[in-house]
Amino acid sequence: MINQTQDELIEEFGLFDDWADKYEYLIDLGKKLLPMSESFKTEDNVIKGCQSKVWLHAEKQGDLVVFQADSEAIIVKGMISMLIRVLSNHTPEEIIKADLYFIDQIGMSQHLAQTRSNGLVAMVKQMKNYAVAFSAIA
Amino acid sequence: MAEKLDLNLIRKDFPILDQQVNGSPLVYFDNAATTQKPQVVIDALNRYYTQDNANIHRGLHTLAERATTGYELTRTKLKDFLHAPSTDQIIFTSGTTAGINLVAQTYGRANFTAGDVILVSNLEHHSNIVPWQMIAQETGAEVQVIPVDELGVLDMVAYQSLLTDRVKLVAVNHVSNAIGTINPIKQMIDWAHRVGAKVLIDGAQSVAHFDIDVQALDLDFFVFSAHKLFGPTGVGVLFGKRELLETMPPYQGGGEMIKEVSFSGTTYNELPYKFEAGTPNIADVYAFGFALDYLASLPKNAVWEQEKALLDYATEQLSQIDGLRIVGQAPEKIAVVSFVIDGVHPQDIGVLLDKFGVAIRTGHHCAQPLMARYDLVGTCRASFAFYNTKEEIDLFVKALKRCLMMLS
Repeated sequence: MINQTQDELIEEFGLFDDWADKYEYLIDLGKKLLPMSESFKTEDNVIKGCQSKVWLHAEKQGDLVVFQADSEAIIVKGMISMLIRVLSNHTPEEIIKADLYFIDQIGMSQHLAQTRSNGLVAMVKQMKNYAVAFSAIA
Repeated sequence: MAEKLDLNLIRKDFPILDQQVNGSPLVYFDNAATTQKPQVVIDALNRYYTQDNANIHRGLHTLAERATTGYELTRTKLKDFLHAPSTDQIIFTSGTTAGINLVAQTYGRANFTAGDVILVSNLEHHSNIVPWQMIAQETGAEVQVIPVDELGVLDMVAYQSLLTDRVKLVAVNHVSNAIGTINPIKQMIDWAHRVGAKVLIDGAQSVAHFDIDVQALDLDFFVFSAHKLFGPTGVGVLFGKRELLETMPPYQGGGEMIKEVSFSGTTYNELPYKFEAGTPNIADVYAFGFALDYLASLPKNAVWEQEKALLDYATEQLSQIDGLRIVGQAPEKIAVVSFVIDGVHPQDIGVLLDKFGVAIRTGHHCAQPLMARYDLVGTCRASFAFYNTKEEIDLFVKALKRCLMMLS
């Protein structure tokens, strides 16, 4: 369930009191992001509107949409890692309907504001666009 | 000559500097993007709107007179600031970009033809590239590029060989915004004039640091923005030689720029109003005059010494960080340090430094061709003003080291 994963993330970030620890955890998530297949790092898969390069690939496996992504910047990778954990391996309908409240509730919304306008919004939009495309095909 | 700036006093003139950001004292090292404003400028803006606001030049009432006088007084101050021969060669625009576009769309359209060359440099900001590409496309002219070496210095040998009689205009910045190189503009102007080319100098990054004498430099066009010179945003200045400005067609049509309008034809106003269509940014122009006064009140040598000291100290401190490489090591530089760190994306540094209260700029600095030249996605850029201190550089370097620990 998408919301269950979001609640897990909120709980994990709740373990840290200060921003530096939260960032270190985010950076850690970025480092642990599963590597993206190099063949998917194409210009077509680049998300526009980010200061660092972000690649996003989506494919349908059975009924589920599976995302792979990568970035040159580690903090962005941390955000990608959270988004993939929340949205990957769900049906297009679940992804389209998902309300991503965790972004505001992991206690970093003020901190993420800057990168949010820089890429987070574009990433979420692109992931949902893929879901819309897959649901149309189905 | 031992006069030094009293930084405690000077910092009190810039109220914005005294604040906490994300729980730490603000360290503002993004002065190449915009400078902070002294209290006299903020007061002038407030005073204008509380006492003097009116539209200028045509009103007969007292407020209109006061507003007009205030607006035109800044033009007079700029004449002195630039050592210009007259006030009517000082044209107010909305900024450097607007000034360049004005010259491209008027002088360029009237004078460029197929086969002509517009020379820019590899150091340019996009705003001194794209307007030329646009007018080149319309007129059939061609944009050629003066190369830059590893250190960030323009290749003057290449410049000389690029200067053929096909070159109609050379458009270069006085100082590189991305890496701080000071270009030898006097020499570049002299050489360009020898082949009959005109020169536009983008002074956006230089006016805050040097004395500009448009006559001694024999400048054809000079453009800059008030907001990088401790003045308000939304004001720019275009200086031009009289014979050029007079023969250039107007840019935008509207009120103020006309002499007489009828449906059978319109005659245009004199300089500088020919290029100032519509109600200008009166309040900010007025307040900008106070930024010029403020700067004139500072001992110039001491300002220069302070900036030099900051550049040297920052360069020395940053060079001690493992894996850090300074991009742009021209012998002649303003107080800007652009750098990259092995294995770390500039964006990560920018995001984390902000959490320590340190404001720098990261990215391509609107100079993608320069980033491509050095095969970089971007850099981190710390840019200083005279109100910055060595203690702030210490805070910055300490914060940077902590960021690197977090990222490693």
